[in-house]
Amino acid sequence: MRIFKVVALLALLAFAIAFPLLFPNGEVTSIAFFTLLFAAMVTAWNVLAGYAGYLSLGHIVFFGIGAYALALICKHWNVPAGYGIFLLVPVSGLIAALIAIPTGWVALRVRRHTFIVITIALFFIGQLLAENMTSVTNGTTGLDLPFPGSWGGQFFNIPFYYAILILLLIAIAVSWWVRHSKYGLGLLAIRDDEDRALGLGVKTEISKLSAFVIAALIIGMAGAIWAYFIGAVYPASAFDPTFDITMALMGFLGGIGTIAGPILGALLLEPFHQYLAADYPDLYLVLYGALLVLVLLLLPRGILPTLQDYWRKYQAQRQRIRIDNDVVISSLPEQDEPAKIKTEGINL
Amino acid sequence: MGPVIEGIILGVLTGGVYALMSSGLTLLFGVMDIINIGQGILVILGAYLSYVLEQHLHIDLFPGLLITMPVMFFLGWLISFVFRPIKRDRMMLSVLVTFGIALIIEGVLNLIFTANIVSLQAWYITASIPLPGFSPPFYLPYIYVFGFALAVVLLAGLYILVYRTDFGRSLRASMQNRTAAELVGIDVEGISSITFGIGVALAAAGGMAFGATNGFDANSAYDLISRLLAIIVFGGMGSLSGALIASVSMLVIEDVVAQIWDPHWATLVFFVLLVIILVLRPQGLLGKVEGRKQ
Repeated sequence: MRIFKVVALLALLAFAIAFPLLFPNGEVTSIAFFTLLFAAMVTAWNVLAGYAGYLSLGHIVFFGIGAYALALICKHWNVPAGYGIFLLVPVSGLIAALIAIPTGWVALRVRRHTFIVITIALFFIGQLLAENMTSVTNGTTGLDLPFPGSWGGQFFNIPFYYAILILLLIAIAVSWWVRHSKYGLGLLAIRDDEDRALGLGVKTEISKLSAFVIAALIIGMAGAIWAYFIGAVYPASAFDPTFDITMALMGFLGGIGTIAGPILGALLLEPFHQYLAADYPDLYLVLYGALLVLVLLLLPRGILPTLQDYWRKYQAQRQRIRIDNDVVISSLPEQDEPAKIKTEGINL
Repeated sequence: MGPVIEGIILGVLTGGVYALMSSGLTLLFGVMDIINIGQGILVILGAYLSYVLEQHLHIDLFPGLLITMPVMFFLGWLISFVFRPIKRDRMMLSVLVTFGIALIIEGVLNLIFTANIVSLQAWYITASIPLPGFSPPFYLPYIYVFGFALAVVLLAGLYILVYRTDFGRSLRASMQNRTAAELVGIDVEGISSITFGIGVALAAAGGMAFGATNGFDANSAYDLISRLLAIIVFGGMGSLSGALIASVSMLVIEDVVAQIWDPHWATLVFFVLLVIILVLRPQGLLGKVEGRKQ
């Protein structure tokens, strides 16, 4: 069964690599780019929101910082358009991560609802700064990035697609590592009961802050790639409130706190979002909002944890193990008990 | 000194209006444990309703509130039913659910009114009184005074409702301890729905005053909700008097900074102040220290 899982994952990876060759159409690869962009960002965001339980609605600020960082680097050093710019993406991400250290330190002083609100405020501070620091950011006029004119036609999207695919793989690797490390266990403990975790010797301060910064680093890199793809950054587009909420929504749809859930959420939602925005520009907000409410009411815990529950119940029935309903509900989605029940196949 | 005093006067007067909008938000948080991201768009919806009444039926803005506030109360009451099935993680989910509702309303408003910026019309919006004692004369439009008076009347009504009636007693009991309130026989869900209605009705009144002093479109909601959230965090979430103090101080700070320095940086100064307050006092001005869950 383990072999089957590895083969399935390798097949998925091969499909992701071959995708632009199978569907070279510019519109399709553009949708694929945005889907993977969100998948990478949600996966990174999930490290903080899903594992540590700190639901940040301000991480798009680091997306904006990454985007502006790349634009500014290209402008001041006169970087020519081409593949070389992709090498500057990690630098932009690092800048975002550096800024995330003091911001995270302040924001993480509060918990639960106040943290959510603080991160929303953080987001607006970022947007206001981008608008008002005209000497650096050029205000609402925005900044242009070098345009790779030699990548004409349908080929244009392809370098960006692979760049974002690599970032997604990095994000998944980080998420997987966190989930399977002692550090990640500490984060889960913080999510469940922060004071008790502190009492048991989890270094809560540094754990929370590092999760905050890891998320900022990857989201910052995503912002840089996005900026190069779009070709220009403006305060309103680099700090977009709907991006922020979309990220949270994808996490919740797939299942927050799982490795595959955020990716599943992005894969389901982003193509739908792009399709709605392109084909129903008038009704798009209404439909999207209605979908959001429906999904949250019907599947408040996300697709993956719900499916896992059904699977566990099914398995339990088959093996005639009586599991008290309450125990299943109160046990956390990711803390599967491998000793008692085998959760084969479905647990990506 | 002139500009500073002007800023303080304007700040106090508009602060009253913001108190109207934020009191609903903070009450809802206290009773239902939800953060209503949709409050911003509901304010704008209220402003649009006043706009429709004024443009098409020629009803003056203030009497128009007698129609818009009950309508918005009913809308809020209806919306509250969405949250009844959500039992676990209500606070986290509410942020996303209310955002979804906000998107629906925003989409509908964009469909009906398009994205053009509109503003409300009335004689007291254009007419103004000169205030004595300012060397460059300072004209204060009547609407600021009227809006403030409206806010004082409605907030006084809210105060009486919350602190002097049986309904208010049940409401406060639900805020203090939901389970215990249910155990002594209070219909907490019913109370929550009515509170939601009240919060939205107050937002509509605030929206009228907001629309009379600012041009607006559906997009203004984002700016509004960020301020309202900042206000209730500053004042301490769930605290009504905290929301009042925070509203007035936020607008005073903003208006004074706008008068003596630069309007562009005014909001930022408040946000920076908010961050400093939270570093020193994470629960906000009048908030209760959150005990351990469980």
